Amino acid sequence: MQHLSVKHLLGIKDLTREDINLILDTAENFKEVINRPIKKVPSLRDITIANIFFENSTRTRLSFELAEKRLSADVINFSSSSSSVKKGETLLDTVNNILAMKVDMIVMRHSSVGSPHYLSKHIKAKIVNAGDGTHEHPTQALLDAFTIKEKFGHVEGKKVCIFGDILHSRVALSNIFALQKLGAEVMVCGPITLLPKYIKDLNVKVELDLRKALEWCDVANVLRIQLERQTIKYFPSLREYSLYYGINKSLLDSLNKEIMIMHPGPINRGVELSSDVADSHHSVILNQVENGVAVRMAVLYLLAGATE
Amino acid sequence: MIELHGDFSNSVILGIQPRGVSFSERIQRKLQDILQKEVKIGYLDVTFFRDDFRRKDNPLKANATKVPFLIEDKNVILVDDVLYTGRTIRAAMDAMTAFGRPRKVELLVLVDRKYSRDLPIQPNYIGVEVDCLESEKVLVELKEEGLKDDNIWLINKT
Repeated sequence: MQHLSVKHLLGIKDLTREDINLILDTAENFKEVINRPIKKVPSLRDITIANIFFENSTRTRLSFELAEKRLSADVINFSSSSSSVKKGETLLDTVNNILAMKVDMIVMRHSSVGSPHYLSKHIKAKIVNAGDGTHEHPTQALLDAFTIKEKFGHVEGKKVCIFGDILHSRVALSNIFALQKLGAEVMVCGPITLLPKYIKDLNVKVELDLRKALEWCDVANVLRIQLERQTIKYFPSLREYSLYYGINKSLLDSLNKEIMIMHPGPINRGVELSSDVADSHHSVILNQVENGVAVRMAVLYLLAGATE
Repeated sequence: MIELHGDFSNSVILGIQPRGVSFSERIQRKLQDILQKEVKIGYLDVTFFRDDFRRKDNPLKANATKVPFLIEDKNVILVDDVLYTGRTIRAAMDAMTAFGRPRKVELLVLVDRKYSRDLPIQPNYIGVEVDCLESEKVLVELKEEGLKDDNIWLINKT
């Protein structure tokens, strides 16, 4: 019997290659389930999951909620904007109050790096990190890997380049860990001000030229410019950014190859991706969203199934 | 089966993953040889419908479900290798409902372990009946799995 080596999903860094493969294989079964006429299975019937989001999210929260409901779990939602957090309650107090209502699992997004790790040391419930600040976003990396595997049959040996705001991106870090564990080659490409200073220590290639990076890669994972996290100016203007780092149709056509375009959303159309690319056959952006539900079902199923 | 199902135009076979699959394929081949027409087959994985989730140390690994047709108003023959407690069959009947409401459901097993049922489930078609102890295990080996011979073993659980 195979099982995950971890009790919580805090980050891809803690997972083994076998863990990732187990999640992806299980997700494949769930993808078949969510394409049935009746999309629901009773596995998590007696489990209650709290989605606590201290940061805005549409896709991730909806995706988790759908995944939970299709596994027949009971779901409660919490967002900080309408809660007592505004009155000064601490994170641990908030979560302990939720747990006092007999909740088995917590799915949490928080703007502070390491907050799910901190929680995991103080509470008994299982925790799934749905994004902690600029650190990790493990389920996004898993669904990206699933999408690559679905398209090419395997991830090993594929050349994947992550474009854009690597410095503020939790998607980038989780993706680098996941792809490297699965044997892919990873490159990052963006303006030098948006690349972390010691990124090379993660054994990734670094490229500043958009065209050269596109010529190298099989898969382009394009990230959004996270203006809300930028406290200083990292580049002169959005227009200049999109001139140097925006991917458009004529650029893709001028390359002598097919590239798969991914984007974790939300897209800033006309900035990092032009509309004719985002809506073209190169783009698997909506497949990523569909796969997100299956991957999250797999994660919840595997974590909830393991008893102490 | 042919007496009851005629030419199988309204009947389908569902092999239960993982151990019922090769056996159900063999049943399908035999039927097709006799009837000289196609008999529909699907594979059903029941992992997500089991009632022992969270009661074992770790969840079971799932297998692929492949039911490329609706079973609405069809006669369904569930096929598995060994019938023991009946819990897998209960889960299968639950899993099956995602593909429609069958007219009738029957159960075919190669080996029926008598007097070991936890649930009121009885097979319609039985290969062999065996009487064995709780401490023993029935192992079915089929040529389709790359083995030289078909064998049914009664072994001690270790």
